[in-house]
Amino acid sequence: MSAPNQAHADPSMVMGPASVHRPAGLCELFWAFTVLSLQGFGGVMAVVHRELVEKRRWMAESEFLEDWAVAQVMPGPNVCNLALVFGDRHLGWPGALSALAGLLAAPLLLLLLLASLLHQWGDWLPLNGVLRGMGAVAAGLIAGSALKLMQGLKHHVLGPALLGLFVAAAFLTTVVIGLPLHVTVLGVGGMACALTWWLLRRQGAA
Amino acid sequence: MSWQDWWAFAQFHLSVSLLAVGGAVTLAPGLHRFLVLDHRLLTDGQFSQALVLAQSAPGPNVLYVALLGWQVGLGAAGANAIGWVSVGLGLVGMSIALTAVLLPSSCLTLMTARWCNRHQGWLGIQAFKQGMAPIVMGVLLSSAWLLAKGDGQVAHSGGLWLASGVCAFLVWRTRLHLLWMLAAGAVAGGLGLI
Repeated sequence: MSAPNQAHADPSMVMGPASVHRPAGLCELFWAFTVLSLQGFGGVMAVVHRELVEKRRWMAESEFLEDWAVAQVMPGPNVCNLALVFGDRHLGWPGALSALAGLLAAPLLLLLLLASLLHQWGDWLPLNGVLRGMGAVAAGLIAGSALKLMQGLKHHVLGPALLGLFVAAAFLTTVVIGLPLHVTVLGVGGMACALTWWLLRRQGAA
Repeated sequence: MSWQDWWAFAQFHLSVSLLAVGGAVTLAPGLHRFLVLDHRLLTDGQFSQALVLAQSAPGPNVLYVALLGWQVGLGAAGANAIGWVSVGLGLVGMSIALTAVLLPSSCLTLMTARWCNRHQGWLGIQAFKQGMAPIVMGVLLSSAWLLAKGDGQVAHSGGLWLASGVCAFLVWRTRLHLLWMLAAGAVAGGLGLI
């Protein structure tokens, strides 16, 4: 996952290789989102990165970050937004709909099944343990994806020190201060964008 | 429930859609007020069960809204309804809730994404896309942290932290399939090992 050398030449490509493949049709898109959605315990976003960027190579690292940012800033569930944007980019609005449907259909059925099972089995103790164990794995999975994304930022215009500072600021404001997510995204994210804008402009002028 | 009630139900979901900035869970207090306190369509227990269940099952968190709609439909059918009537109304409630909560935000997102795409070259859009990168990582790390920390009800053992750490490393350094890790976590948790 190393960034290509021409990254310096083209500022739009600073974050790793471009996507190599693309979804062939609506069915493949639907299926891909079904598969990743069913793996998404405690957050589908990390699985999106694993499946679409690493496994299928439908998205470049940079595209993932861009789409994530749009999905996060816009109202609505983030992963649904990301599925819509991704599907729309490749296959227009039918693509957007089939990505969204893939994301929702199978987990929804599973959820209805679970709800009726839980109605009957209520307090079977090992179930709690199972959920706890999977929660721990899901946490590791999300942290691992974040670590992986950091490797892709070697040529980012902000440089390692400022990047580290913004990562830490985003982490601290959400975890320690407990600000709502959109406040962090708009506040800390806004500052990061402003600084990036200034640096990009200076780079362009030089 | 009458047609007017269903319409009010749909209208409410449509109206909160654009308020869901930062994820579907931010809608929970508003939904609670509407469904439990104001209209008494659900009990407190039903509401929190739907939230917990959707959080622990795979898939996007927004599915809890669908599950709430399902329960509202079952409630509308009543306890003595024939099986297929309950299921039918459950499906109606579910579809209305999910469609209405997603429709306005989805349209807005698609329009914005298309607009951004057309103006790719603008410096402001470049800055937005690249500037957000560290925030993505910080937020991912903090959701990992919150998930690993748990809800505070269970004392967290060192084993759970270790499991999270090992998984983070495996995801970072290997291409091991996620389902293997999830299965291992489920087994270890079910047997009480972690």
